[in-house]
Amino acid sequence: MSTSTASRTASPLRPRLLGRSVVNLVVGVSVLYTLLPVLWLVLASTKNRDALFSSNVLSLTDFSFVRNLTDLFAMDGGLYGRWYGNSLLYAVLGAALGALVSIACGYAFDKYRFAHKEKLFGLVLAAVMVPQTVLALPLYLMASAAGLVNTFWAVFIPVLFNPFGVYLGRIFSQGYVPDEVLEAARMDGAGELAAYFWVALRMLGPGLVTVFLFQLTAIWNNFFLPMVMLSDQDLYPVSLGLYSWNSSASVSPEYYPVVIMGSLLAVVPLILAFALLQRFWRSGLTAGAVK
Amino acid sequence: MTSATPVSAPAETTAPPAPERHVGAAPAPAGRGSARRRELGACGVLMTPFFVLMVTVFLIPVATAVRLSFFSDDQPGLGFGPERTVFAGLRNYTAVVTDPTFLGGLGIVALYCLIYIPLMVAGALALALLLDSGVVRLRGTAQLALFLPHAVPGIIAALIWLYLYTPGISPVIEVLGKADITVDFLGVHTVLPSIVNIALWSNLGYNMVVFYAALQAVPREVIEASVVDGAGPVRTALQVKAPLVRSSIVMVAMFTLIFALQLFTEPMLLSQSTPMINSRFSPSMYIYDAAFTRNNYGLAAAASVVLLLCTVALSYGVTRWTNRAAAAEEGAR
Repeated sequence: MSTSTASRTASPLRPRLLGRSVVNLVVGVSVLYTLLPVLWLVLASTKNRDALFSSNVLSLTDFSFVRNLTDLFAMDGGLYGRWYGNSLLYAVLGAALGALVSIACGYAFDKYRFAHKEKLFGLVLAAVMVPQTVLALPLYLMASAAGLVNTFWAVFIPVLFNPFGVYLGRIFSQGYVPDEVLEAARMDGAGELAAYFWVALRMLGPGLVTVFLFQLTAIWNNFFLPMVMLSDQDLYPVSLGLYSWNSSASVSPEYYPVVIMGSLLAVVPLILAFALLQRFWRSGLTAGAVK
Repeated sequence: MTSATPVSAPAETTAPPAPERHVGAAPAPAGRGSARRRELGACGVLMTPFFVLMVTVFLIPVATAVRLSFFSDDQPGLGFGPERTVFAGLRNYTAVVTDPTFLGGLGIVALYCLIYIPLMVAGALALALLLDSGVVRLRGTAQLALFLPHAVPGIIAALIWLYLYTPGISPVIEVLGKADITVDFLGVHTVLPSIVNIALWSNLGYNMVVFYAALQAVPREVIEASVVDGAGPVRTALQVKAPLVRSSIVMVAMFTLIFALQLFTEPMLLSQSTPMINSRFSPSMYIYDAAFTRNNYGLAAAASVVLLLCTVALSYGVTRWTNRAAAAEEGAR
């Protein structure tokens, strides 16, 4: 790096070394700040109730990880397993479908011309701004008129809508799908839709994965909408389920270890998704950030 | 567009001459119209699913919220008669903006934004600049560790921190206690900073990655030029690199603002454990309480429209302000 050599000759050695260690110290402290709470969650999940309240998280004397795990899945007739399945269904299916829908729309915004296109795109972008709380009551009333309150669909359909995904789709389409490739496909006699599904969609792969991950995170995090829509505990996602268990914990403390274990397990899918798909979302983030 | 004609040309030669040939003013090559139609058709097919969703779960609900805000449920005959919905004019709005609990909620969110947004933007940018400076050891690992909380759902982040704020469970309070420091993290003055901390912890790493990605796109020649001009690493970072990622800063600030105004999950969870957070602590909680506890749809709708207007006005303000700042900066050069 010519940067560091130039400044090294320019400034005396001691402040330079000092600066270097201060920088590493600041980053190190920040890393501890982000890591320690997660580490606490891992350690706390190995504790039974009494050990949890004795604050001594570092001692490994009362190792009851397995016990907590079996307790978690046995609690209230195995409700947690259902919640987990629901969350996976809402999030994976919803994110996959939502990403496909948003990317297709973003691609169309990029590749086709029609009247008032930019105005329409502006409307889509404006939708990002609208708080969920504004939509929740009308959505609840609509769902209740359609007889969908307290069903899978009441949560599943609204989460498919992802205007930011359309914005990303347009940017990815600009960046990853050259017009020449589409021309070539047309020359070969491919129809417009065939060109999209067989040529463009493959090139949009990293973008699709990025939008999928964004939406997966959002749906897995979703709390407000299920809280409004669902009263049947069997339909709860993990987030809402843990919330309800935590409110019981203040009365019956036996819920504490299972809430902690349940929280730990609820973190796993997103970490796995981010780790496995790292290559894609990193490039996706760059595209989203630079524009 | 014109180069698309070869595809459609064979089809056009076999077809009878189109009667609507006169539509195009210029002598268009044969088949242009049908290619254009097919393009629009494909465009429609690709856009329809999204816009069907947009109409059903966004446009109709927003319109419904606005409509509801002008009506209220009236029960004639001392509440024994049949309930009917009557036009209320601006009565719901008057009720909302004169309700001290709603105004209190707005005040809390305003304070929350004032603490949270500068900390978040400055913290994430500082970390990104430090990581970009090239002197950090284990840069990739540090980045992943900082990013980790983004994979922790909001409600679970709130749960973890709630336990870390709870005396008896929290190792933090115990360690502080050994040093003879007693902190009530859920007290009158500490509860808001405690919420800021949860949000900061959740989103710092994510925004750092956004800034870092933007910094990677800064041309190396620009940085080398500033070093040649004698700028130290700190000056290079603050006066050369940071202004070049301004659009990312605006984007992060904007999204942080929009989500901060919706403050709901963290106080909702903490309210289970502290009396300092009531059921109308933030505007979003007020709306939830009005709609689903008090069943006053008109009031809830009016409050949500007010929240929406605040969001739009502030976002517009941020855009205007940053644009003007950019223009001023351009002018100064």
